[in-house]
Amino acid sequence: MIQAERTTYLNEDLLPMPFCPGCGHSTILEKLDEALVNLQLDPRQVVLVTDIGCQGLSDKYFSTNAFHGLHGRSVTYATGIKLANPDLKVIVLIGDGGCGIGGHHLLNAARRNIGMTVLVFNNLNFGMTGGEHSVMTPVDAVTTTTRYGHVEQPLDICGTVQVNGASFVARSTSFEKDLPDLITQAIQHDGFSLVDIWELCSAYYAPSNRFNKKLLYATMDELGYDTGVLFQGDRPEYTRAYRESVQDQRGKPLIAPRPLDTRYTSNLTGPVHCAVAGAAGKKIGTAAAAFSQGAILSGLWATQRNEYPVTVKTGHSVADVILSREDTVQMGKPSPDVMLVLFPEGLKKEQARVADLSEDAVLYINADLLPVETRARVVPLNFSATRQKKEYWAMMGIAALLVDTGLYPLAAFRDAAALRREFAEKNLAAIDASAGLLG
Amino acid sequence: MREFIDGAEAIVRGALDAGCDFFAGYPITPATPILLHMVRELPKIDGVAIQAEDEIASMGFCIGAAMTGCRVLTATSGPGISLYSENIGLAIMGEVPLVIINVQRMGPSTGGATTTAQGDIQFMRWGMSGGYPVIVLSPTNVLECYSLTRRAFNLAERFRVPVFLATDKETVATRTTVNISAYEQVPVRERTLTAAEAEFIPYHVAQPDEVPPMSPYGGPHVVRFTSSSHNERGYLTKNPADVEGLNRHLVAKIDEHVDEITLVMTDIQPGAETLIVSYGLTARAALEAAELARAAGHAVSTLVIYSLWPVPEAAIRAALDGVRRVLVAELNLGQYRREIERLVRDDQQVIGVHRVDGQLISPHDILQKGELL
Repeated sequence: MIQAERTTYLNEDLLPMPFCPGCGHSTILEKLDEALVNLQLDPRQVVLVTDIGCQGLSDKYFSTNAFHGLHGRSVTYATGIKLANPDLKVIVLIGDGGCGIGGHHLLNAARRNIGMTVLVFNNLNFGMTGGEHSVMTPVDAVTTTTRYGHVEQPLDICGTVQVNGASFVARSTSFEKDLPDLITQAIQHDGFSLVDIWELCSAYYAPSNRFNKKLLYATMDELGYDTGVLFQGDRPEYTRAYRESVQDQRGKPLIAPRPLDTRYTSNLTGPVHCAVAGAAGKKIGTAAAAFSQGAILSGLWATQRNEYPVTVKTGHSVADVILSREDTVQMGKPSPDVMLVLFPEGLKKEQARVADLSEDAVLYINADLLPVETRARVVPLNFSATRQKKEYWAMMGIAALLVDTGLYPLAAFRDAAALRREFAEKNLAAIDASAGLLG
Repeated sequence: MREFIDGAEAIVRGALDAGCDFFAGYPITPATPILLHMVRELPKIDGVAIQAEDEIASMGFCIGAAMTGCRVLTATSGPGISLYSENIGLAIMGEVPLVIINVQRMGPSTGGATTTAQGDIQFMRWGMSGGYPVIVLSPTNVLECYSLTRRAFNLAERFRVPVFLATDKETVATRTTVNISAYEQVPVRERTLTAAEAEFIPYHVAQPDEVPPMSPYGGPHVVRFTSSSHNERGYLTKNPADVEGLNRHLVAKIDEHVDEITLVMTDIQPGAETLIVSYGLTARAALEAAELARAAGHAVSTLVIYSLWPVPEAAIRAALDGVRRVLVAELNLGQYRREIERLVRDDQQVIGVHRVDGQLISPHDILQKGELL
């Protein structure tokens, strides 16, 4: 079936629009309608996203899809819509006010080159809330919030989005005859397009500043603002570029359970709390994970909690591992039964817990860190003598601890350390080199 | 067969199994692992995962995508929820199904980025203008991170409302052992859509508690969405009857269906004079405390609340029946205790067990406060 040509995209039964006499909004919206008629788009494939301000009243007068949201956030909804369905034509109507509060989103949509068309209804002030100044208000202008003259530099929205990657930038006024063509081009453009459209606010800005069409053009001249297409580039539209960049991932298996079967047995009865205190970047978490996984391979339950500073490559790294016979999660922070202290950073962090260890606890500690104050049985580990890299000391220390305590078989730990094939060889070599640690 | 897994991965697997195909988020400790997982996973199913420029944009992207047919997820922590706030209000008003993972950390403000807390319990419910309802679920462990994420997606679709998963740094970042067969497989609830050939009136409901079916942008209908007070066609209105109808509908669709949302676990002991109420990770200490108390000869009942909002009043009242005093354990200074206090009888005493020092509440803390040692 051939669709009859559409002669308008306005909801004619809801007209007229509610704008003040002399306001440029109605004119611009009529030009937008002309552009849509030029393009003959299916209204179900067009989403008109409106911002807050008088232009935000306009969505209901169009027969396309519409989304009316919060002040300055229109570009974010438009981005979500386009990301979800890149085939849609997404048109954002935003005021000069919205360009201020939503500036961050405009910068990022331009930078990403999200395929949307942003029409800026630029009447140089806030019309809806009572004539306050906006980021676009010219110097010296009188507004209700700049009674004694405006001393702020106005934002050049075209220049701003252009330097940040917008691929189509244009400026016009509500008086320009070719505005429908300009809007048509902007909508046709595959990428982020913005048209800054200057107009008169007949309620506030024009009367407060005796502003008219002639002065509007004079102000643009003074600012060095040209009209027409200011820039048109050709770079990949984001929502398609994103899909292309991840295309080779399609169909790959999703993250799934990684089963650990019980291959070994352990004589462990009650829960045992082990703490491994080391330094950042020394694979403390990795070794503690292998320790936990080895326990699971031995039929135990393990829980691992890591603690490290926000700056991950410096300072301490501590892992607490609780092994138990049953599926019970120990809460709180009881004093560990076993501690493995490898590096000065870990000792500094854990000094208090080392000191609080009970007489029944065992402290495995890098011999170079001795003496320490503790009631626990101290087992010195001579890491320096093994000439192994410090990144493997945690693996080695845990292996020594397992041999000494017999918590579960060393073979289970070896299996766990080899779970990730790319690290298996080095991990296993380190575990083998741990034999001499206990001296 | 067992596995070794943290809450972040369980949440992500739950979301994927729930049909999630869109994620937008902004890095924040301790929620970042969820963003990293989603960025890796979603392209595999032709989904989209994006790091937005800030949390405001994260929610904006999610809302736009949800209205375009996606099942959306985002994840953040307290300071991020603050920035989500205005768009959570918008999602309530426009009836957007979406799931928000809140990995709670210590507040106020930037607080303690790597310190566990349960300080956003009232904030999640009331942190938007107007004060209209959302749904909040809270898992106590890794298995429930999976199953409650799946439920959250279903509830978001069922009620067209933002659904929070109130979790915490400890549950999300701690790796633990689980039985793989123990993951609860919650059936996927598909989105209710208006038939292509039917007329689509975006917000039409015959009864206030009904939830209007949706139609995505780019689908068979013209779709209108507005965050302003609107009539059933999605047109801005100040007509008092339309405005009141809308606002009462936003409440009724949740409040009249609390039973569908209620999820609690009660363990009532005959003759117990004490009830321990808890939620989230604190429930693990509460259950252990109850076991210890019982071993010491005290009859103690427990109530674990998974569906924090709307408050499951009937289930709470049922658990309160017959007890003399109620211990409420939470990692804040009594946020959910307020909800319990308004439900107790005059002769029932409510005792809070609280910590805000960054340490977890231990079973011992509960036993001591409850004089159950």
